[in-house]
Order: sequence, then C-alpha cells, then structure tokens
Amino acid sequence: MLEARQLTAVRGDRRLFSQLSFSVAAGELLYVRGVNGSGKTTLLRMLAGLTQPAEGEIEWDGRPIGVGDDRFCQDVFYLGHRAAIKDDLDAIENLKIASTLAGQTIELTEARKALTVMGLGDHYDLPVRVLSQGQRRRVALARLLNAEARLWILDEPFTALDTLAIDHLRMSIREHLGRGGVVVLTTHQQVEFDASVVSRELQLGRL
Amino acid sequence: MSGSTSMFSMLACLLSREVKLAARRLPDVMTTLFFFVIVVSLFPLGVSPEIETLRTIAPGVVWVAALLASMLALGRLFGEDYRDGTLEQLLLAPQPLSLLVLVKIISHWLVTGAPLVLMSPLLGLQFGLSGEALGVLVATLLLGTPALSLVGAVGAALTLGLRGGGVLLSLLILPLYVPVLIFGAGAVEAVASGLGAGGHISLLAAFLVLALCGAPWVTASALRISLD
Repeated sequence: MLEARQLTAVRGDRRLFSQLSFSVAAGELLYVRGVNGSGKTTLLRMLAGLTQPAEGEIEWDGRPIGVGDDRFCQDVFYLGHRAAIKDDLDAIENLKIASTLAGQTIELTEARKALTVMGLGDHYDLPVRVLSQGQRRRVALARLLNAEARLWILDEPFTALDTLAIDHLRMSIREHLGRGGVVVLTTHQQVEFDASVVSRELQLGRL
Repeated sequence: MSGSTSMFSMLACLLSREVKLAARRLPDVMTTLFFFVIVVSLFPLGVSPEIETLRTIAPGVVWVAALLASMLALGRLFGEDYRDGTLEQLLLAPQPLSLLVLVKIISHWLVTGAPLVLMSPLLGLQFGLSGEALGVLVATLLLGTPALSLVGAVGAALTLGLRGGGVLLSLLILPLYVPVLIFGAGAVEAVASGLGAGGHISLLAAFLVLALCGAPWVTASALRISLD
C-alpha cells in the first residue's frame, strides 16, 4: 500500500534522517517514534505529499504520490499540529466545510452524529473560539468518522484529549484498520492497541 | 447520505466560507475601507482645499489610496489559513489548487476591494470631480482592484510565514502595481481634461485578463513552496 524508499529529509543544513525505507500494508498501523526534533512531523508531511523529500520516493498503491494527484488527495487524511479549525465558525460549520473541502459532502444529521460521538453533545452551535483545547481537537477528529480516506496520517492525534476521547479515537483507528485502511501516527503518549492491531514501529533519530 | 463533492459545490462552499468568516470578522474587514477613506480625506487637509488643485490631484490620490488599502488587506488573504492549518488541507483537496486560489482571491476582493469601489464616487465628489470623471473612476477601480488582488496574491503566497513579510511584500508587489496605477489614474485625468478614457480602460482590462490567467497558477506554486 504505502511504500517509502531511501527517504532523506534535510531541513536547513541539518540532515534529519537519511536512507529511510519502509512499507506499510493494508490494515497496518505505522507508529513513528522518536525524540523531539527527530523529523517525525517532517516524515508525516512527506507521506502526505506536503513536503518534498530531498532524496527518495514514496508510493501509494503502486503510484508515486504527488500533491496535484486527485486520486491520492482523495485517499489521504492528514491531521497536523494545526487542526485547521476556524475559531469564528461553530463546530457543525467547521466539520461540514472541512469535509466538503476534502471532497466529501456530509449532511447536517451526519455532522451532528459525528460530533455527538466525539462527545461534543451540546456544544455544536457555539463558535469554536469558546471551546477548550481538547474540544477543538475533537471537532477536528470528528472528520475521521465520515472520511472515506484510506490513508490516515495523524500527527500527535492524542494531544489534549481526555481518556474517553482517546478511547474513541483508538476505536476509530481500529475500525479503520479493520476495513483495510492504513494509519501512520506519532505520539508521545503511551497509547496501547490490542493484539488484533498489526502495528509496525519506526524509530527516528538513530542515524 | 454522504457523497463525493462536485467541483462546483466545493468552490461554492469555499466562497461562502470566506464570506461567512469575513462577516464574523467585520471590524477586520472594515479596517481596509476606513484606511482608504481616511487617507483620501487627509489630502484636502494637507495639500490645499482649493477646488482646482483638488480636482487635479483627485485621480492620483484616490488611486494611490486604493492601491495601499488593497495591499494592506493582502496579509489576510492567506495568513490566517496558514496559521490554523487550513491551507495545508486546501493543498490536499482533490481539486486543482489554482482554482481554489482563484476562489479565495475573488472572495477576498469581494470583501476588501468591492467596498473601495463602492465608496470611491463619494470620495471623488469630495474632490469636486464631474459626473463623467466619477463614472470613469468607478470603472477603472472596478477593473483595477481585482487585478491588484490577483497580483498581490502572488506576493502574499511568496512571503507567507516569513518574518517581516509585510515589508517584503510591499517591496515585491508595489512595482507590479505601477501599470495599474498609471492607467487607472490616467483614465480619470484624461476624461477630466476632455480626452477619451477608452484606451486606458482597454489596457486596464487587458491587464486584468492577464492577471486572471497567470496569477492563480503562480500563486498556487508559490503556496506549495511556502508550505514545503
């Protein structure tokens, strides 16, 4: 499914990692680990096609990825440090607009349901500005519930979430993997998946 | 039922989002308009209240103020979307980025450029411009301000996330604004002195078409570079 060959990342004049090769099959989880500054975010952005690798190539479904590639864009869901949430819009608007821009229209009822599942029950008509850090994160993650993307790239998705929300997210990830999806994530928190989840680990920062 | 989105409904969604955000951030948007009004109104106070003098300087003053005001607004074109991560999501959207950029520029013009055009006859009146000259002033601004937004978008995309980007932006963009300024203000002057404005207006329109064809693509590439 997802294959990286001989990836090298250079930021400024610093070499973050080099000659990195790995592959992730359908239904597998790739856990990217490493200390701060070891290039986890850079790697994830590369896999999403946002950053060009200095060397090496990435293939998805046997085709080299590209930002202008519609098919790849439809397949990928990327959640970065910045959650792409607009403070002045309420949770429903945020969710609906973000989904539409990602190429997928969702109905109001679906949006409500997704937000309720994420535990935002009564707050979906409030501007996101007044919500807490964790709640905003939940709004961003609610997109996952309706996303048809097969490749999830999640940069620190568990940050600021409470245990209940972490459980929810873990369940979504497990279901997604069960459907044959691929998940790449980084986290500094200890989040355990049960044995049914096939996960690989990639340790960065040891050159 | 959820389904995949057609290109048109996606672009419409982006446009309505931009307008909605601007409506909830009204003071932000009004800043541009107030800046325009105040700069134009300072000239009669600073130069001379003599009607003949005012009539002579009016086209240039209104045009320079419109130009500065639209440059002032450029920071907001991509700035917020860049800071909150929306721009990354737009790059990953399954639609051509240049089209999305074009929609963003159009909506940006609607909330910052169009009010300037609407306000300009009132300001022209303040300078004692004739009815005909006022008409030409509005026409040139109507053609010129979208061109300013389009050209400015390239600079805004290139300077995204840079420290001191604002100053760099003006250095990059102001030289490119010069033709629009010359033909825009020139048209009004030509009418005021009894000549036709047709040639100037045609050139402005040509500049707009050129910007419309080129700027979205260049801006899209610049955004990819800035976000790399």
